[in-house]
Amino acid sequence: MKYISYIKDGILKNNPVFVLMLGMCPTLGTTTSAINGLSMGLATTFVLILSNVAISLVKNLIPDKVRIPSFIVIIASFVTILQLVMQAYLPAIFETLGVFIPLIVVNCIILGRAESFASKNTPIASAFDGIGTGIGFTVALTLLGLVREILGNGSVFDYKFIDGDGMLIFVLAPGAFIALGYLLVLYNKIVSKLK
Amino acid sequence: MKSSLKNMVVVLTTVSLISSAAVGGSYVMTKDAIATALDAKFNNAIRQVLPEFDKIEEPIEVKNDTGSTPLKIYEVTLEDATVGYAVETSALGFTQDIILLAGFNKDGEIYKVAALSHAETPGLGSKISNPEEKFVVQFQGKNPETFKMLVRKDGGDVESITASTITSRAYTLAVKNAFDAIKNLKK
Repeated sequence: MKYISYIKDGILKNNPVFVLMLGMCPTLGTTTSAINGLSMGLATTFVLILSNVAISLVKNLIPDKVRIPSFIVIIASFVTILQLVMQAYLPAIFETLGVFIPLIVVNCIILGRAESFASKNTPIASAFDGIGTGIGFTVALTLLGLVREILGNGSVFDYKFIDGDGMLIFVLAPGAFIALGYLLVLYNKIVSKLK
Repeated sequence: MKSSLKNMVVVLTTVSLISSAAVGGSYVMTKDAIATALDAKFNNAIRQVLPEFDKIEEPIEVKNDTGSTPLKIYEVTLEDATVGYAVETSALGFTQDIILLAGFNKDGEIYKVAALSHAETPGLGSKISNPEEKFVVQFQGKNPETFKMLVRKDGGDVESITASTITSRAYTLAVKNAFDAIKNLKK
């Protein structure tokens, strides 16, 4: 039961984007369309689960002072492996996301979960925490991408429903901030109703 | 664990060694698959940008003034008669080189252009990889001798992608260079 609650927390109570406000760089940068947000979310989830498990396995072997450098090296290796695998077997997705994949290394959610969760908990608990946080991140990115794609490009998951361009500002950086702001308002409204 | 100089050095070295081995290992394992994927992409693209052909000649390399890779001209033939040329060309886009494969028929008219690789802004400049995008389609059937290869803003005939002028300029320049290269080759 404890494990299920880790997943729930990652999606609602500790949602990395809507509550913790972590990982803003990929959140704002990659969410120009729903599919980009979704793929970035899944790629991050993959790295998050693996790095959480790996770090919680080696946590007792690493001296405190070199904790962060070791974590970063482990995370960076997983990201590089992910990049190679995507390039080899998912070239189409790699083409759209390639620019952003190396950014996963410096995503503060991954280092944050490594530091605050994986380095204190068992590998299984860390895996579930990774899944929960990853799903929370993916949901947030897909929602933001969906809103920006609808307003900015007039399409849903690349299915176009208007002719020509939408409000281009939503595809550009300022639109990301505006859309994220309104999503946060909406999220807090819904969560406060639920309580 | 308490840190001492010795255990810090040992742990960091070990972590780095294991990580490098893992990365190196996956590089070796994915190397062939990546090469196949790139090959497939190129073969796909060359079929897309040219009329029907049955043989690709060895590429001729020409110096490129605008991008970091040389231009590669592929002559393609059908039953030993030249059908057209595909040129791998590049120009500096918004962040990195945009690499295109531009297909020309034997009279020097643009047949089609496909994007091989680029790092343009997703949702804006990245539209160049969509073969149905208006910007990409407008080059089809145009002869750069009569169609002025500059974006409207610079006094040419090319309608640029909204909010992506730099991408549009680079794309246009790359196609123009490809055309010039073929013209020089024929002389």
